[in-house]
Amino acid sequence: MLDKALTGGRRYWTWIFVLLAVIGVAVLTYLKQFNEGLGITGLSRDVSWGIYIGQFTFLVGVAASAVMLVIPYYLHDFKKFGKIVILGEFLAISAVIMCVLFIFVDMGQPMRITNVILYPTLNSVMFWDSVVLMGYLALNLIIGWTTLGAERKGVKPPQWVKPLIYLSIPWAVSIHTVTAFLYAGIPGRHFWLTAVMAPRFLASAFAGGPALLILLALLVRKTTKFDPGYEPIQALGKIVTYAMFANVFLLGMEFFTAFYSNIPGHMHPFHYLYAGIEGQGKLVPLMWASSIFAVASLAILVFPSFRKNEKLLAIACVMLFTSLWIDKGFGLVIGGFVPNMFEGITEYWPTLPEAIITVGVWAIGLLVLTVLYKVAVTVREDTA
Amino acid sequence: MYDSGKIIAGLLAFVVFATFPFISNMGKAGAKPKPSIDTPVINQMQVKQCVESRDFMRTEHMQLLNNWRDSVVRNGDRIYVNNAGQGVNISLQNTCMNCHSNKKKFCDECHNYMAVKPYCWSCHIAPKENAL
Amino acid sequence: MSINRRQFLKLVGVSTVAGIGGAAVFGGLRNSGLEASQTSPDPRSLKGKRWGFVVDMSKLKSDEDYQKCIDACHSIHNVPDMSSLPEEIRKRQEIKWIWKDNFEHTFPTAPEDEYQNKEMKEKNFFLFCNHCAKPACVRVCPTQATFKRKDGVVMQDMHRCIGCRFCMAACPFGARSFNWRDPRGKDDNGRPFIKPEKENKEFPTRMIGVVEKCTLCYERLAKGLQPACVEVSNGAIVFGDLEDPNSEVRKIIAAKYTIRRKPELGTQPSIYYVIGGGEHAG
Repeated sequence: MLDKALTGGRRYWTWIFVLLAVIGVAVLTYLKQFNEGLGITGLSRDVSWGIYIGQFTFLVGVAASAVMLVIPYYLHDFKKFGKIVILGEFLAISAVIMCVLFIFVDMGQPMRITNVILYPTLNSVMFWDSVVLMGYLALNLIIGWTTLGAERKGVKPPQWVKPLIYLSIPWAVSIHTVTAFLYAGIPGRHFWLTAVMAPRFLASAFAGGPALLILLALLVRKTTKFDPGYEPIQALGKIVTYAMFANVFLLGMEFFTAFYSNIPGHMHPFHYLYAGIEGQGKLVPLMWASSIFAVASLAILVFPSFRKNEKLLAIACVMLFTSLWIDKGFGLVIGGFVPNMFEGITEYWPTLPEAIITVGVWAIGLLVLTVLYKVAVTVREDTA
Repeated sequence: MYDSGKIIAGLLAFVVFATFPFISNMGKAGAKPKPSIDTPVINQMQVKQCVESRDFMRTEHMQLLNNWRDSVVRNGDRIYVNNAGQGVNISLQNTCMNCHSNKKKFCDECHNYMAVKPYCWSCHIAPKENAL
Repeated sequence: MSINRRQFLKLVGVSTVAGIGGAAVFGGLRNSGLEASQTSPDPRSLKGKRWGFVVDMSKLKSDEDYQKCIDACHSIHNVPDMSSLPEEIRKRQEIKWIWKDNFEHTFPTAPEDEYQNKEMKEKNFFLFCNHCAKPACVRVCPTQATFKRKDGVVMQDMHRCIGCRFCMAACPFGARSFNWRDPRGKDDNGRPFIKPEKENKEFPTRMIGVVEKCTLCYERLAKGLQPACVEVSNGAIVFGDLEDPNSEVRKIIAAKYTIRRKPELGTQPSIYYVIGGGEHAG
């Protein structure tokens, strides 16, 4: 089936080569980081994780969100999702690959990555996270490839995939729960030490992932002969709306607990993120942008008449995705590190090389996504 | 065969590319490594004997060093009792390199020949030698 | 002789076990040089169940009292000196095993008290790895590169560390340093971070991309010596076994009022501070 990705028009190949060029620049930049160390990033002894780990966390959510298509389609027999469930599964594959790459570029000694497997450490959440991520990648590869292959031949998917599909549902929840545990089990980082971390991760994932999927479905319709259809996109829109409300609600809970309890350690990260402390507040404009985008997107999504207009829906999805990207891909990690363990402020901002590597990983993800979608769309065009 | 010209040219290019390292090195045998034990400390020894036999060290030194490392760092055991029953202080810098103070002619000689790059020296301080 | 299926399976099973076992035995024999040999602790080594410090603040008066301990530690452990870097970069990337900071930073969860005694507010405290009894860093490490030794030392295996920095996120005491750049490297003016004349040739450096921290001078404990900072502190830092009721540290803790950093987090730090100040009140 992969051969279908080797035939395409001029636009397709231009896009592929643009991505390859970006990846090339990023690889060279990564080699610099590999040789000179993570000192070329904006990280420091106080803010020891940054945009790489933030993006990792965000993308685990995108990966997990495929379950929002799988559950309605396979558990509730919601036939309308039949056309786009493969888009969700392939998005998950691309997202998990980006997750793995973001972890890899964040490591100080990447050549020793196999130590995680050579010395399996059951008490480390990071060990479990790598296990569930790899499992999820394998599940989606097998499920997506098999079901699409069956469709191409015009037959039903083999019976043995069914249990794997059902397994992928709790598995999707597990990848994001375990990722939340990376943060939520750490003593002394008040911003992260919250029981609603995993629920909030799931809520934001089920909003952000499907929002991205809506945009991708619209893009697929525009650029290919395959139409994912109006109704599945509308159904996704509803899911996005509910999930985003849940996410904003849970964020509100965090504010209440921090400020009503009036415990300094719990309030400080919020102060830093949304107001700045002692004149230091590099993230303040971003966090407010995130909040405004969240409210604005909900203002559109909550009204069915707005949501039914696909242009407005697309705008809402862009704003919502951006909002969550800032909140989870950046603010979440930095808020845990500022103020530091001494209640001092060390700010963080990604450097240019760091930004290039980040864009490069996204480009690899987009390349994988493009190739997979090309295969899926061509199969659909052929069988249509 | 369609496009036979292109295919054969492509195959040829591949063969040349894949065998390039062999062709370019043909007839140029690398000098056989001769690790030297000519150091002041070793020269003064009555019996030139390492912590284990010469054959054992030759084939198993990497395994020995791995075990030594874990012994000291992870178990806190710093004495190695060898086959002859003698206790040796486990230390790359202070035991091994005390005798083998000629890292370039002792370690690097074979490691370079075998193209292995142990990362010992990224942290462990090599003895000071005059540039060769 | 004919055998039935049951007997055949038995025979196969036995011979498989024998085969695997035999391979293991012969494999062991081949390496017998190594297997027959043993490692043991240095007989001189200090033995304890939970090493800890008591820092007596009344004995730390001048900046020099702090600096000589810091220098003793950092020089014997080849800790890179990044003071020649621009201040902004140094603060972000420096490596420290022992350092000093004020009360507010050392005990940030102690009640914020604007009326507190000025002297205490301005006093500097020694900070190092707390060698916690329940260390969060050990709990999160995905490779057991950081682990707890039988004597309570929270050890760091720089050979195994993959540089994921989970331990730095987990440590509530900021005790861990990451090698953001090559510790054997130089600043922009070509000055090496580890001065060749100061380099301790008996101890390794670290490499780029690994995490390091105070190891309670495990290499000195093995020779029967006290940690380097203790030795030069003129009694300001007392070292001993917290599990031994007769140790000096336990006697001080029993007799005087001591505090620990962030005890509410349950990591059970093994560093105690005698705050003193009683002489002024009395």
